[in-house]
Amino acid sequence: MTKIADMTENSPEQRKKIYWKDYIKYIPEDDYFFFRSCIRQTFFPGAEQAFLAILKNNLHKNYFDDPRLTTCTGIGYHSDIIPLETLHTMIARHFSIMNESGYSNLVISCVTTFGVMIEVLNTWHEFPETLEKARENLQKTTGRTFELPKAIAHASDIIYLYRDEIAKQSVYKLINKETGKPLKVVDHVGCHYAKIFPHHGIGGAEFPKVLSEMIKTWGGEVVDYPERRHCCGFGFRQYLIKESRGYSLTHAQIKFESMQPFHPDLILTNCPGCNMFMDRWQYVIQETTGKVYSSSGNGIPVLTYEELAALLLGYDPVQIGLFMHQTDVLPLLEKLGIQFNKNEYAKLREESLDLAKIL
Amino acid sequence: MKKIVIIGGGIAGLEVSRLLLQEGFPVTLIEKSSHLGGNIRNYAYLFPDFTPSEEILKNYTSLPGNADLQLLLNTEIEKIDFSSRPYTLFSNDGIAISADSIIIATGYQIFDARLKEEFGYGIYDGVITSVEMEKMIREQHIVTPYGKAPRRIAFIHCVGSRDAKVGNTYCSRLCCITAIKQAIETKKLLPQAEIFCFYIDLRMYGLTFEELYLNAQKEYNIQFVRGRLSETSEMIDKRLIIKAEDTLIGRPLKMMTDMLVLMVGMEASNFSKQFAYHNGLEIGEHGFFKPLNQFNARGKSQKEGIYFAGTSIGPMSVAETIEHAQATALSTISYLKGKEN
Repeated sequence: MTKIADMTENSPEQRKKIYWKDYIKYIPEDDYFFFRSCIRQTFFPGAEQAFLAILKNNLHKNYFDDPRLTTCTGIGYHSDIIPLETLHTMIARHFSIMNESGYSNLVISCVTTFGVMIEVLNTWHEFPETLEKARENLQKTTGRTFELPKAIAHASDIIYLYRDEIAKQSVYKLINKETGKPLKVVDHVGCHYAKIFPHHGIGGAEFPKVLSEMIKTWGGEVVDYPERRHCCGFGFRQYLIKESRGYSLTHAQIKFESMQPFHPDLILTNCPGCNMFMDRWQYVIQETTGKVYSSSGNGIPVLTYEELAALLLGYDPVQIGLFMHQTDVLPLLEKLGIQFNKNEYAKLREESLDLAKIL
Repeated sequence: MKKIVIIGGGIAGLEVSRLLLQEGFPVTLIEKSSHLGGNIRNYAYLFPDFTPSEEILKNYTSLPGNADLQLLLNTEIEKIDFSSRPYTLFSNDGIAISADSIIIATGYQIFDARLKEEFGYGIYDGVITSVEMEKMIREQHIVTPYGKAPRRIAFIHCVGSRDAKVGNTYCSRLCCITAIKQAIETKKLLPQAEIFCFYIDLRMYGLTFEELYLNAQKEYNIQFVRGRLSETSEMIDKRLIIKAEDTLIGRPLKMMTDMLVLMVGMEASNFSKQFAYHNGLEIGEHGFFKPLNQFNARGKSQKEGIYFAGTSIGPMSVAETIEHAQATALSTISYLKGKEN
């Protein structure tokens, strides 16, 4: 049984009749072949684990987390160090492994990988000779053959699809426990989620809804601020070439300055790079200039959609690794009224910060 | 006496009606709305000399009193039976009308600016279309949605025109000069306001358009920026932030403005497309009716006795629409007199 995602409008867009609600896409309901991110497991190891735990324990879905998968080569590809044919062959190998495992619904953890896979599939569609070349290269190098996935979705699409079910099971809502008011949440959707191929993203490129609908469903208020669509600052070469890192930080700063007047309680992301840089650069700006973008003086906490879903479902903040975030998540946990071992959280956070310290 | 049916009561349909009635032909004029005039009613003043549109419409006020005119308002033609002569037209309310010749003057519709979602129309109240701006100019009262006189206004050219993303690759021709007209009118009403026009390139094709463009710069201090808008967003105080690239200096540009005016282009009307589909009439690549040729038969269709007038075949100014309608009237008369096919 398949399902077309229900497209309801999100907050700034629902003022008047809109057209981009027509951006719909197919999201598979079950039997997922999970493709992990390279970098998330280092930065925020609890995020992917939280996703799988929610699939298994709360949504009762079947998935396969295949250890044979490696990188999609996306970061190398976007940095011009991986040739296109190599990229195609690597993606072909992943598809072959998925075929071998008996799955056809590919669910991708990383927005870069999601963009790369969609780009490769579209290239193969538009230029069939490149598909034949990829088949030939894979056969020569590994002896493998492959078929294309029947469905492809980002992991945030799955949480989006089941946002109502998650709301039903949730222990907490995105409501300030003290004031009873909805928490103000900034959504930051990774560029490669929908900016390359708008129809592959829920809500299209300009006003993607994948995160904002989660926020609304879970009781929060979406903040529409001027630099909402601006890049987080990762931009691959901006960060990867050390001399260019100033560009990376500057772009993140543009976003923080723009959102600050709206006093957001939380930044929600769906991309490993965005999560890392929105989190890290706030910490760096705070450490180097003393500038803090939240009214509380601790910075604006940055979470992934799985971390947020897990928190609201009652998962332990320590168990899902929130102490790994460099901008402290504690103010958010207190606003939500989440019960957990604060001493353990503080101890682990201190250890984590020691490792990430600017020397 | 030969009978003529004209579909569409805008200025093209009215001008054809006027000429055919003048020549003694009985005319049935069919208009889908409750009033005559069509899109010209959206404009208070016309470029290039700021003529009030009412003056154009005045030429047609005596038509409804003509005994040879049958006027059917709130009526749409759904189907034409071409199998026998005279042709028979069937309306949405079941009326059958016979015609020796049919003139299609179904006009255009303005581009729906909500489709350019990045420009923020329908999301941010400070973003309006050129049609809404014209209404404010008519009322001599230009205010932001929050009741204040805008201190800065940006006009964005080519909204829904020359834009493959929305499927309209053609130029609507009139938006550049309309933007300049509206910018001057705005400056006259708000002398303190800063006014910017963002353009791809300026197509001043009319004899006096270039002078108006120069005058806008010299007399009214209107700033022209060669660059296309990429994004609109709203600040906490409801002012707008727009991003573009100034392609003359090759740098990105970010600007705050109180109001954004989208110069919406002309599109073939949905009615025209459906009408063509149901009646086997040919449509060109841009959705407008396709004339027999682009040189000496711009008012003729592929079918005998069926003619086009005005913007049903593509974007035209008011003056060009009237001229085209006059040419079509002449072709129709020649046809009905048996002088041409």
